[in-house]
Amino acid sequence: MVDLSVDLGFLKLKNPVLAASGTFGYGLEFKPFYDLNELGGFVVKGLYFSPREGNKPPRLVETPCGLINSIGLQGVGVEKFCQEILPQLAQLDTAIIVNVCGEDEDEYARVAEYLSRHKGISAFELNISCPNVREGGRCPAQNPEATYRTVKKVKEVSSVPLITKLSPNVTDIVSVALAAQEAGSQAISLINTLLAMAIDIETRRPRLHNIFGGLSGPAIKPIAVRMVFQVARAVSVPVIGMGGIFSAEDALEFIMAGASAVQVGTANFVDPDVCLKIIDDLRRWAEQHQVEKISSLIGCVKA
Amino acid sequence: MLIDRQARIIEKKTWGSYHLFKIESPEIANRAEPGQFLMIKVSSQLQPLLRRPISLHNAENGTVEIFFQVAGTGTRLLAEKEAGSTIDLLGPLGRGFTVEDRLKGEEVFCVGGGRGIAPLYFLARKLKEVGAKPVVFYGGRSQEDLPLTGKLKELGMELLVSTDDGSAGFPGLVTALVRETLPHRSPAFLYACGPEAMMENLAQLCQEKNLPAEFSLESIMGCGFGACFGCVRKIRRNGQPSYLKICQEGPVFDLEEIVWQEKENG
Repeated sequence: MVDLSVDLGFLKLKNPVLAASGTFGYGLEFKPFYDLNELGGFVVKGLYFSPREGNKPPRLVETPCGLINSIGLQGVGVEKFCQEILPQLAQLDTAIIVNVCGEDEDEYARVAEYLSRHKGISAFELNISCPNVREGGRCPAQNPEATYRTVKKVKEVSSVPLITKLSPNVTDIVSVALAAQEAGSQAISLINTLLAMAIDIETRRPRLHNIFGGLSGPAIKPIAVRMVFQVARAVSVPVIGMGGIFSAEDALEFIMAGASAVQVGTANFVDPDVCLKIIDDLRRWAEQHQVEKISSLIGCVKA
Repeated sequence: MLIDRQARIIEKKTWGSYHLFKIESPEIANRAEPGQFLMIKVSSQLQPLLRRPISLHNAENGTVEIFFQVAGTGTRLLAEKEAGSTIDLLGPLGRGFTVEDRLKGEEVFCVGGGRGIAPLYFLARKLKEVGAKPVVFYGGRSQEDLPLTGKLKELGMELLVSTDDGSAGFPGLVTALVRETLPHRSPAFLYACGPEAMMENLAQLCQEKNLPAEFSLESIMGCGFGACFGCVRKIRRNGQPSYLKICQEGPVFDLEEIVWQEKENG
C-alpha cells in the first residue's frame, strides 16, 4: 500500500493533490462529480473583503494548449463566504485553503483577520500575484519588498498557516520567494498564470476586454517546473507546485522538481473529476515503481 | 449532471457545414430538459484544450441529439466523428426553457435563427406535450441553412421559414417574419435562440407587444458548470444588473433580465 500523504509541517495532507484557486469555484461546484474528501485539499476562489463584480467579458480565450483568462476575481466577499459557504466546507474531511486577495496591504490584512475568526480553514494562500487587476498586472509579488510587507502584515493579524502564491511575471522569482519566507510565510506556492494577450486579426482588437489576461494550461507547464525547481532549491519551507498539471505524470514532474504538493487548475474545467484520476494514477505509478512513500520523491530530480 | 465518457454516436447526418448526431446516453437523456446543453470533448489530446458547449437538440428513449454548425476548430473536430464511435459528454447543464402547464391550449412562438434552431426542436416537442400550440419560425441566410425543415415538419406543428436571400419561404430576416405574423396571432409566449442581433431585435418587438419571452444566450465557456466564471453576462435579477454565469444561471434567461446594450467588445 502506497503512502500518498505529505506533511507540510503546519498541515498534513492525505495526498499531495490540491485543486487550485480560481478553477474550483468554492468547492461545492464539484460536489456532483465526486467525494471532495478524496482530495488532499482544495483552494477556494480568491476572496476580497467585499463582493467583486469582476471584469467585463469576453473573459476567456483559448490558445494552443492553454487558456487566457481575465475573470477579475469576481466573488462573493468574506461575509457571504463565511456565512453561506464556509459552514458547508467545514464539514469536509479535507484541507480547506482560502485564497486571500487585496487591493492593498490593508485589505489583505482585513480579509485574513476576518477569516481567522471563523472555523474550518486549514490555511491561507496569499494571492499577491493575480495578473488580472486593472493596471496591467501590478501586484506585490512583483518585488521582494512589497511581498515581504504584505506577508508580514497578514502574519501580524492572523495565526492561520500561510502559503504565499508567487507570480511568474518577475525577473527573479527566487528573491520574491525568499522575501515571503523571511516574512514568515510557512509555504510557497507557484506559479500563478503568465501575463498574456491574444488578438483577433479580423477585428484587430484584443480578444479579451481587459486586453491582458493570465495564461494557464499545459502550455505553461515547463516554465512552472523550472520555477518550482529554482525556488525549492532556495527556500527551506515546503513548496506547492502548479502550472498546467493535467496528469499524474505532470504532477510527478513537479514533485521531483521539489514540490511537496501540487495544485491542479485548468484541467478541472475539462474533466471535473481529473484530481481523482491524478490521485489514482499517482498511486498506481508509485506501486509500479516500488515507491512506498510519495514524499520520498520530493525534490529527487538528479540535476 | 454527469460525465458519460463512452457515449456512442448511433446516427450522423450532414448537410454542408451542419451536422446532426444521435447519441446513446440514457442517463443524460433521462435528465435532459429543453434549453440545456452539453460540454463535449472534441479531442482526446490537449489541443483544443476545452470542451465545447453544444445545445441539446432532443432527448428521448435513452438518446440525445445534437445539431451544430462548424464554426471553428472545435466544431470541425466534432464534425469529423463518425457514427459508431464514442464521444465524451458532460451534461445536461444549465437552466433550460420554462415549459408550464398554463400554456395548454395557448399559441407559443419558437424563433430560431440558423443553428439557433437546435434547442427549439426539443422545446417544441415538450410544448406540444403540455398541450400548447407551438409555431416554429426558422430563419437562415439561404435554403441551405435550413436543413431541419423536414424534421420540424414531421413534428406536425406549424412551421414558418424565412431566408435572407429569398430562396425559401419568407424573403427577409426571421424577425421581419415574426413581426409580420404577430398582428394575425395572439401568442402567449415567445422563445428564441439565434444570433445576438436577431434576439435583440426580437426583444424590442416583444417589449412593444408586451409579449413575455425567454431567450437562450451563447458564450465562450471554460467549464460549463459554474467553476470558471468565464461566461458571464450582465443580467438584471433582483435589482441591479450584475454578471451572472450563462452556464449556470442560463443559458435561458427571461426577456426582462437581459441587458442588451452590454456590447461584449465595447
